[in-house]
Amino acid sequence: MNILPLIEAKAELTDGGLPPEPIVLSTRIRLARNIAPHHFPGRADESERAEILAMAFGKIADGPLSGGTKIRVEDLSPLERQVLVERHLISRELSEAGAGAGVIIDRAQHISIMVNEEDHLRLQAVRSGFNFKMAWTELDALDTAIEEDVDYAFSSELGYLTACPTNLGTGMRASAMLHLPGLVMQEHMEKVIRMVNQLGMAVRGLFGEGSEATGSIFQISNQQTLGESEDSIVKRLINVLHAIIEQEENARKVIREKRALKLIDKIGRAFGILRNAHLVSSEEAMNLLSLMRLAVDLGLLPAEYRTHVDRLFIETQPGHIQLSARGEVDPGERDQRRARTLREEFSSLPGLSFGTKPDVTPKKKKS
Amino acid sequence: MAKPEQCSNCTKPATIHLTQIVNNQIQKVDLCEDCPFKKGVTDPEGFSLAEFLLKPGTLMQAQADQLECPSCGFTPADFKKVGRFGCPVCYETFKGILKPMLSNMHKDTVHRGKVPDRALARVSIKRKLTELESHLREAVDEEKYEEAAALRDEIKLLRSSLAEAPGPSDDE
Repeated sequence: MNILPLIEAKAELTDGGLPPEPIVLSTRIRLARNIAPHHFPGRADESERAEILAMAFGKIADGPLSGGTKIRVEDLSPLERQVLVERHLISRELSEAGAGAGVIIDRAQHISIMVNEEDHLRLQAVRSGFNFKMAWTELDALDTAIEEDVDYAFSSELGYLTACPTNLGTGMRASAMLHLPGLVMQEHMEKVIRMVNQLGMAVRGLFGEGSEATGSIFQISNQQTLGESEDSIVKRLINVLHAIIEQEENARKVIREKRALKLIDKIGRAFGILRNAHLVSSEEAMNLLSLMRLAVDLGLLPAEYRTHVDRLFIETQPGHIQLSARGEVDPGERDQRRARTLREEFSSLPGLSFGTKPDVTPKKKKS
Repeated sequence: MAKPEQCSNCTKPATIHLTQIVNNQIQKVDLCEDCPFKKGVTDPEGFSLAEFLLKPGTLMQAQADQLECPSCGFTPADFKKVGRFGCPVCYETFKGILKPMLSNMHKDTVHRGKVPDRALARVSIKRKLTELESHLREAVDEEKYEEAAALRDEIKLLRSSLAEAPGPSDDE
């Protein structure tokens, strides 16, 4: 299986389907659905899983999501699987799943449907920026279209029945990927995470459960799925997100006022490394790119480079570096290739425009 | 509140106060910290109540452990191991264990979100069809032909509505 056409096509997260904005990188909603009366994928045998996959490919990929790319995970090389995980098109769990695991990805890569992951179907809609309404409208319509032809496992009391009771009810997980360098620099994240948890929302790293928050990127999502409508879950999440965004803005303001010189020094050094380094690990790349996104937000780089940075967040991941090398490459050579890509990208950028913005120059102390 | 309470079993001050209402009868047991755990408690009813309330789960657990999902053979031990259920029927089978878990996990224990109307309508039509078909067989057996004809018409109507329901056609 060759996934290059998919990767080389313009995608929502790499080419900014919608204009990217400060702080909120992307918005995602997923729905967990199972098909009655089948056993859940974890309990189903190989033939039952194959039956579910065939049904999903037939009824969905040739129906409501026609024109989508159908991929069987077993047809993918380990590297291709990794690339799809890095693009958030499949989960780590699906990439490690056995026979019967598959995914359907629509042309614009807004929508992907994982088959035989934890649940029979995991419908997902992704939009860049803060766009829950758009993601929900799209996903809700797809879900309704699928249900015309597929009997979902549903109970009027408990809602959509999912393999794990934590997803019961709406089966919905709504999340936003937030870029919070201000809160990280001010060492306020721990406090924010505690607050967010108390409000019934979860905080994770870039790649979901158990992943590190490199590059100051955090995923915030609802924890509860039962007892509330989809609308009210999203509304509650949006309120929490607004609160976090406000805190991040405040943190940045404080840094600009009190540590402006340190801040622009940090950004300037990062820019220098990106333009000149010859070995860059993926974690270092994430952290440097995070500072470049902040530089755009502060007006040190033109706004159109936000898309650039967002694309590099994905393309400097280990899988993507190897894919562009057309094969598996050991970590040392990967760091070299990553550094080369970054040097080329950042050499073509205009220099940082220090000092032209009044808000980054240090405030004079009142005497 | 002010009365000095003594353990129902010994003379130590009671620190555990249990109240149970059975058939509108209030039953109260006051125990010290040690007695519930000692052997030879004279009041068997009071003791079983205490044991039940002090170690919740043990009794319920014993009952629950014997459960097995009739559809997929899942047991509570399987659930404990993987944290997931085996099939939709498990939710019915393990209702008792699930309920307290759900109220800890979620906002409420009743679904208030989207409902798959089409799928539910299909399920209820199918259910109705099986019902009518068995009525029809009975009517034919009992030679009630007029009734049978009416039933046949009704079945035909339902079948055609089911055929329309599936939505997107297979062509294209």
